[in-house]
Amino acid sequence: MAEIGNLKKIASQVRRDIVRMVHKRQSGHPGGSLGCADFFTALYFDQMHLDASDFDMNGIDEDLFFLSNGHISPVFYSILARKGYFPVEELNTFRAINSRLQGHPTTHDNLPGIRVASGSLGQGLSVAIGAALSKKLRNDNKLVYVLMGDGEQQEGQIWEAALYAGSRKVDNLIATIDYNGQQIDGAVDDVMPLGDLAAKYRAFGWEVIEFDGNDMQAVVNTLELAKTNVGKGKPQLLLMKTEMGMGVDFMMGSHNWHGIAPNDEQLEKALSQLEETLGDY
Amino acid sequence: MKYTIQNHKDTRSGFGDGLLEIAKENENIVGLCADLTGSLKMNAFADAFPERFFQTGISEANMIGMAAGLTIGGLIPFTGTFANFSTGRVYDQIRQSVAYSNKNVKICASHAGITLGEDGATHQILEDVGMMRMLPGMTVIVPCDYNQTKAAVKAIAAHQGPVYLRFGRPKVPNFTSVDAPFEIGKAIKLIEGADVSIIATGHLVWKALEAAEALAKENIHAEVINIATIKPLDEEALIQSVRKTKCVVTAEEHQANGGLGDAVAQMLAQKMPLPLEMVAIKDVFGESGTAEELMKKYGLDTTDIVKAAKNVLKRK
Repeated sequence: MAEIGNLKKIASQVRRDIVRMVHKRQSGHPGGSLGCADFFTALYFDQMHLDASDFDMNGIDEDLFFLSNGHISPVFYSILARKGYFPVEELNTFRAINSRLQGHPTTHDNLPGIRVASGSLGQGLSVAIGAALSKKLRNDNKLVYVLMGDGEQQEGQIWEAALYAGSRKVDNLIATIDYNGQQIDGAVDDVMPLGDLAAKYRAFGWEVIEFDGNDMQAVVNTLELAKTNVGKGKPQLLLMKTEMGMGVDFMMGSHNWHGIAPNDEQLEKALSQLEETLGDY
Repeated sequence: MKYTIQNHKDTRSGFGDGLLEIAKENENIVGLCADLTGSLKMNAFADAFPERFFQTGISEANMIGMAAGLTIGGLIPFTGTFANFSTGRVYDQIRQSVAYSNKNVKICASHAGITLGEDGATHQILEDVGMMRMLPGMTVIVPCDYNQTKAAVKAIAAHQGPVYLRFGRPKVPNFTSVDAPFEIGKAIKLIEGADVSIIATGHLVWKALEAAEALAKENIHAEVINIATIKPLDEEALIQSVRKTKCVVTAEEHQANGGLGDAVAQMLAQKMPLPLEMVAIKDVFGESGTAEELMKKYGLDTTDIVKAAKNVLKRK
């Protein structure tokens, strides 16, 4: 296991990457990306078995990750680049013409690390179930991870997939919900309350673990715990409480930074709060 | 008639039998079905390979997403449900998770068109070919009989990339050669003729042959071409035919908007503009009735092809 302090340093650099990417293009989704930086860091730099130097779509004998809420592409791209899937300098091309770093992630331009397009919400859990079943059929004992948004839980397909995974005991699947409580139009509780999500997933046959997604030790501990539950007949749902905009004080606490970019002054202010640890690209 | 009816069989049985055969040869074939295993004739496959069959219940969106995920690792998923639920209901899932993501999913769709019959317009999709044609990278196949459907299943299993395979419910004349290989993207000239090209797909191919026979009695020699692959369209074969005949009738069990006629018209308008008539559904929904009654009422019968041929000949 990586040292927690080291993971925190990586997460800080990832947060710098996120605000710089979105600032440069004046386009993108910084809020949710910042909130999930700790989770992505723990997953890719500590938990998953993968080979970033030799990306293969089939991912045989590797753990797989799917991002269902594709709009938080900045954190995904930063993590993939920092992990070595593609040059860090390529983050400069985020959302630009002729870039592999499309607004929402896609396999279309063969960007290493991406296994399915996402952006239109509600589809990633189904894809992850398929990939998990594929691993079972091949006696590949590696795991499948998927991250979803909380607002995304309003999509009907999510519940088709939740029903399938619970009923069919897809127990090599670890799904996480970024429960930051915000969506474009406002607080999830105002736009369309989700009720007791943990109870709903439990009723669908899932093992549910709730944790603080902005406490690196808690993130690592939860992912470790989830691994011990694999193969016990239930898919797992990690209900991850995060703060949208975490790490940048003025981006926290509201839905306002879901999909807008910081100006020059705001960028400087944000970067002053985030330690440069691995070196800016 | 140059062609003889070997028997009357449904094209969906061609799918089911083809799937079972190819699954025996290729262990990467898996099947998914959304509560229509019997209707899709997938039971034999499901019984023979229970571990490779995924019953999703009535959740088509999840089924398409799961199919996309199953490709990761090298499996070749075949999804099965009615054409309506295979396309319109799950268009966005196909668009993002399958087509844009270039996943090797075979979307197999039964009960297409009005020949679904008594269930009525809610289930009689007549827009599916158009929707699938519009997706970049999607191959669209509509075989004409049992034998050709069975052959098409084997061909699409060997093809890398997303495919939409459309077939139907009723028992129809089975007349193509039992051992004819299916070549994706190749038109098949069934009858040679110099006066008019009849370009047909699916259940309308047999009717086109009947129409050609009727026209021959009036000394009109129709060339009949079976287009089983609507996308990519065999442009070369079609241009070769119309260069000779100088006029075209298209025939299909689909809306004129978006279907085979649309594809042929679009191509010819750019490369060889010639008089063209479409035998297709004209911007209306279907209704309940027997398959044959509906084909008559909605203008998709042999006599409608004959009439269209005579009309287009006048415009030469």
